[in-house]
Amino acid sequence: MSETPQARVAAALERIPYARFLGLRAELKGDELTLVMPFSDHLVGNPLLPALHGGVVGALMEVTALTQLAIASKSERFPKTIDIGIDYLRSGKPIDTFARARVVKIGRRVANVQAEAWQGEKNQPIATLHGHFMTPEGEESAAS
Amino acid sequence: MSEETPAPSVPYAASDDPLERVRAMIRFTPQAKAIGLEVTRIEPARVWGRVPYRPDLIGDPESGVIAGGVITTFLDTICGTAAVAAMEHPTTVATIDLRIDYMRAAEPGRDVLAEAHCYKLGRSIAFVRAVAYEDTSDNPIAHVACAFMINSSEGRKMYANMRKKKS
Repeated sequence: MSETPQARVAAALERIPYARFLGLRAELKGDELTLVMPFSDHLVGNPLLPALHGGVVGALMEVTALTQLAIASKSERFPKTIDIGIDYLRSGKPIDTFARARVVKIGRRVANVQAEAWQGEKNQPIATLHGHFMTPEGEESAAS
Repeated sequence: MSEETPAPSVPYAASDDPLERVRAMIRFTPQAKAIGLEVTRIEPARVWGRVPYRPDLIGDPESGVIAGGVITTFLDTICGTAAVAAMEHPTTVATIDLRIDYMRAAEPGRDVLAEAHCYKLGRSIAFVRAVAYEDTSDNPIAHVACAFMINSSEGRKMYANMRKKKS
């Protein structure tokens, strides 16, 4: 209980094998989370350019959205994804990628979250995501 | 204008066998290889594939369910190959957007299968949908609908993303 939120988020990510597979790292300032995906050769989707695979850019934004929502809803567990929409704006260069998410609304059962991924400049996003996620309360009512 | 080497023709255009062609395309994609993606069957505009269950791809350590991101990469890749499989002359494609609906969690310990169908191949855009499942497509894990830009590497030089100048 004496753990800082930063440590809790980092520890929660550390426990997810797929987050380690992507090499994700969390940076938390106040309640604002930035996830970093350092470049690695296995993340490439097009070796000619080379460009990151769209799937891992989407995955980075989805994990960011899930983590930011867990922080916002003060939950220890990650929510379940209902649906996500991803727009690809620029090809991902072979450099580090960052993502941040904004919880638009937490309803009784469903939460709405938006996320963005960028590389060099934050005002030039390479992709955006919007998604709906089941709140912990929504999951309980779905289970009963 | 420049002396730089243009991107070579796509290596997966080399074979006459369509299945071998898309398999070469997958081998050519590091992230597809990294998640163990295999293409199992191909018909014009349709592709079937599999991602074997693997502990390092788990998204929820409590349940052992595979991460959503793996499904995103799988479906994005297999939809792209379905777009290529719809073409008479294969070329590069780039995802414009995709939307994934999750009907349920994938079953822990089981391979995920998927089938993709390019239901419209235009001159510049391909529209593709796909479902992921363990046994049959009528019990889906997830559904995706996506749009691809066709011939996305046209006019782009090899290693274009390595340059300092903004693209």
